[in-house]
Amino acid sequence: MWKDKVIHLLLVGTASTSILIVLLIFLFLGKEAGSFIFEPGLKELFDRSWIPVSFVRERFGLLPLLSGSAVVTAIAMVTTVPISVLAAVYIAEVARPTEREILKPFIEILAGIPSVVLGFFGLIVLAPLIKELFGLSSGLNALTGGILLALMAVPTVVTISEDAIMSVPFSYKNASLALGASELQTIWKVTVPAALPGIIAAIMLGVGRVIGETMAVLMVTGNSALITLNPLSPVRTMTATIAAEMGEVPIGSVHYQALFCIGITLLIITFLLNVVARVVLNKYGMKK
Amino acid sequence: MNNIRKSLTVLALACALFILLGCERHSTDEAATEKGVGYITVKGSDTMVHLLSTWAEDFMRSHPQAEVSITGGGSGTGIAALINGTTDLCATSRPMMEKETQLAAAKGVQPREFIVGRDGIAIIVNPQNPVTGLTMLQLKKIFTGAVTNWQEVGGQDRPILVFSRESSSGTYVFFQEHVLAKADYTQRARLLPGTSAVVQGVAADSGAIGYVGLGFAEHGEGIKTVLVAVDDEGRPVAPSEESVRSGDYPIARPLYLYTKGAPTGLVKEFLDFAMGVAGQKIVKETGYVPM
Repeated sequence: MWKDKVIHLLLVGTASTSILIVLLIFLFLGKEAGSFIFEPGLKELFDRSWIPVSFVRERFGLLPLLSGSAVVTAIAMVTTVPISVLAAVYIAEVARPTEREILKPFIEILAGIPSVVLGFFGLIVLAPLIKELFGLSSGLNALTGGILLALMAVPTVVTISEDAIMSVPFSYKNASLALGASELQTIWKVTVPAALPGIIAAIMLGVGRVIGETMAVLMVTGNSALITLNPLSPVRTMTATIAAEMGEVPIGSVHYQALFCIGITLLIITFLLNVVARVVLNKYGMKK
Repeated sequence: MNNIRKSLTVLALACALFILLGCERHSTDEAATEKGVGYITVKGSDTMVHLLSTWAEDFMRSHPQAEVSITGGGSGTGIAALINGTTDLCATSRPMMEKETQLAAAKGVQPREFIVGRDGIAIIVNPQNPVTGLTMLQLKKIFTGAVTNWQEVGGQDRPILVFSRESSSGTYVFFQEHVLAKADYTQRARLLPGTSAVVQGVAADSGAIGYVGLGFAEHGEGIKTVLVAVDDEGRPVAPSEESVRSGDYPIARPLYLYTKGAPTGLVKEFLDFAMGVAGQKIVKETGYVPM
């Protein structure tokens, strides 16, 4: 019937909007950043400084921003992975049903806290604490940002890791237990290794979440565009740069295009992370 | 099954309708046909937001059929909006740059400049810091990173922690032009989104230094303003209304409103109000210096 067909088409259309939107975003970013390739040229992006407003010479090097994002992300992941993976193992394998009923909603609430609220918490509570702890002159640095982001990554990593652990077939565990292994031995030697691809994918999606986070890092990392790997130094991340500067630039200026170049870099990074995570999940048959 | 399909279709159509409605834009051009009636937008300097909103409130009280919408974001943001045609007036704490004027001309916009008041930029430090005065040269050295310890400018042996506004701020550009003599800020400067963040940062650390508008320095808590001298021979001057107006205080600047072409209709009425007696009284009340 033609009516069915029309409706079917409409539904396919609505379902594929997200594909269309992703494609359009790629196109749009490319179009806006486009002429940066010719003037002043891609070489400019490899400059060692990011000084977009200057009377001397404007410089649009992405290296300080990349290093800023990398440091903050690394700190966040080092903090969040052990906590989140252990939490996932506990919730999936050890926790009693009532415990699970309490733990899971709270982890989900953590995911729902707006990042500006967490940023404010970081500014008022965490930054002074870090300042005292390390005897620094200011608590606005990569470490504070990294810890805040770790909090934000917890729900992503826990939820997906837990799914992965849950989807390990019962026959594996039963076989292990039947061979005389204890509960704990079964978890560490059988269940977790079997779920490892899923856990790795969870971590990668966590990285994607962290690297794209903006508001909280803008508020607590100090935003100095330095090339550094020191966690106690202030850093400027790619996302914070776009957020802080996008409002100001005249459309079409070199600075505007440079910000879109950051956007493209960011999109490519998160896109690759997602692809790798998907591939890992598919390859090891963890797909639902 | 059929029912589910039907409701899904309705839902999809509703979504489409919402998207279409979202595209409709508030037109600002056709306003200002009748006297005192219409809708105008003012966008720009964060420094001036408080002043602008007080103006807008008073203006709307005397013009009940007019609506004035104020947005901050920074002087650069305001100028960009004026050039891109998304605002009627832009408020800035620095004059338009050569580049911006060219860009505006390229887009067929001819901005008109109006000075509506003056503002001094105060240098703030932590109250624990014994330094009471600095020269312009010392300030330049501190903010460009040539001097990194308070000892070098007559203070204690303590590293200097430089706080600055983000580069979208008019204060950032003004300070760079007039105090840094167009040199770049030190790469170690922490760029903070907003004046209150700078005040908070300086209040939190004994080695910190930052710059804020005069109005903020007077009301800020946990901070101390530093006297500024033009050079070694010059007399250190405290930032105040008198010293800004007389020109004794070296870091002062005009505050601007820009219009697209010659002001007409409601835009003109708003400008006249801002530059008139009532408007200038508000300038004084909000911590700036009237003309």
